[in-house]
Amino acid sequence: MSTLGKKLYRWVDDRVHLGDLIEFMGKKYVPVHRGSIWYYFGGVTLFLFLIQVITGILLLLYYKGSEDLAFESIQFLMSKVSFGWLIRSVHSWSANLFILAAFIHMFSVFFEKSYRPPREMTWLSGMFMLFLGFGFGFSGYLLPWNELAFFATKVGTDIAGVIPLVGKPMMIFLRGGEDVTGATLSRFFGFHVAVLPGLFTVLLGIHLLLVQRQGMSEPLGAEDSPAADKKTMPFFPNFLLRDLLFWLIVLNVLAILAVFFPWELGQKADAFAPAPAGIRPEWYFLFMFQTLKYLPAQLWIVDGEVLGILLFALAGILWTLVPFWDRKSAKGQQSRIITYVGIGAIVYILVFTILGWLF
Amino acid sequence: MNNTPQTKRDFLKYVLGAGVLAWLASVVYPVLAYLKPPKQGEVEVTTVKVGPLSAIPKESGEIVRFGTKPVILIRTAEGDVRAFAATCTHLDCTVQFRKDLGVIWCACHNGKYDLSGRNIAGPPPRPLDPYRVVIQDGDVLLSKKS
Repeated sequence: MSTLGKKLYRWVDDRVHLGDLIEFMGKKYVPVHRGSIWYYFGGVTLFLFLIQVITGILLLLYYKGSEDLAFESIQFLMSKVSFGWLIRSVHSWSANLFILAAFIHMFSVFFEKSYRPPREMTWLSGMFMLFLGFGFGFSGYLLPWNELAFFATKVGTDIAGVIPLVGKPMMIFLRGGEDVTGATLSRFFGFHVAVLPGLFTVLLGIHLLLVQRQGMSEPLGAEDSPAADKKTMPFFPNFLLRDLLFWLIVLNVLAILAVFFPWELGQKADAFAPAPAGIRPEWYFLFMFQTLKYLPAQLWIVDGEVLGILLFALAGILWTLVPFWDRKSAKGQQSRIITYVGIGAIVYILVFTILGWLF
Repeated sequence: MNNTPQTKRDFLKYVLGAGVLAWLASVVYPVLAYLKPPKQGEVEVTTVKVGPLSAIPKESGEIVRFGTKPVILIRTAEGDVRAFAATCTHLDCTVQFRKDLGVIWCACHNGKYDLSGRNIAGPPPRPLDPYRVVIQDGDVLLSKKS
């Protein structure tokens, strides 16, 4: 370290005692076992979120959030601004990879039952962040004000309206009126760049603090083995360097996708045009979308869509609350049923997503 | 009257508690009211003139504006003219006429209606709302059914 660097370090150290922090990092170890690879997906999700923040701020420099200007401002960004197409493409691809990485992270935690005590709060904060991630995806999808986004928003907000009692006021709150209009765009823009990032940052802070405080979760049964038998790796620098290598790989994948498969803009939204053939939402909503397609108009005395939406809501709540009803894992026992539930969920999502792509 | 310090303290607690509640309500109410969008004063459209009947080919369908709402105008192979709200009763997408299938179709969830607006296949739970069609001096006029 240069003399100036040393001086600066000492100046900061005198005030905030950096030594304690370095000592803490030096003592931090990451368990090494057959499932260690899954630890990296939390970091990858974080990395993709950071890319979203940076590219999102860059997009804000040109984006105009109004019904008359939104589509044109993105057209301008993509055709006139140097690398505007690239920034937008990276933002769109990174959003999708973020959801994918979050899904992998969630399922790995689910199958390892790492949500068991004492990490219930970590699971809950993670699940809330995933829901906020869906909110980011849904609100961001509308911002270019194109045909696909317009109808996806109509369907999505109408789904919210189906929920008994609170549905209708919620739909009007989301849309800024009875219909999807420029008022909806203004609201979604506000949610996307202010409300959701604010909430997400708070949850992310809690999530990371809990991970630091409680350390990485170990596989079921491993906690009981003697400390001498456990394989570990220092967090700093061993794990961190591996983390960074993984981030670099993800950055390369992202760059390839963004450059060779640039994100389309499509046609400008027109409230008086029919929904285009082949319309479908983002892939992570596709399994729900496809289910709604298959449900008949009436099931017993309930509208098919109402029943479908309520069942998905119920499944989501049960999934989120798994740390509180999976008693076996809480006691440190293997819980086969939970594993089957997880496999069932993955198979369902995969099958209906593929069906959604094909038909 | 039992004017012990305890009752005085209780009294103060209630006053303070009520004050805090009133303060919270006076903060929360305006915010909640602000979130609810105001009703826009719209000019109520009762009748819309679409254009000459001769300009609408048989076996065709198009979306026309009825104020702020889309309406689908269908002309059947026999020459009948019908109109329905173009908003799918399933999840709010805008429907279209499919000549190849001879139905009104919603691209979002593959809902189908016959040319009388009845839901015949897919998830739509109800028929499309009909509009009244009047031909006057060769022009097609649309109005809401009362």
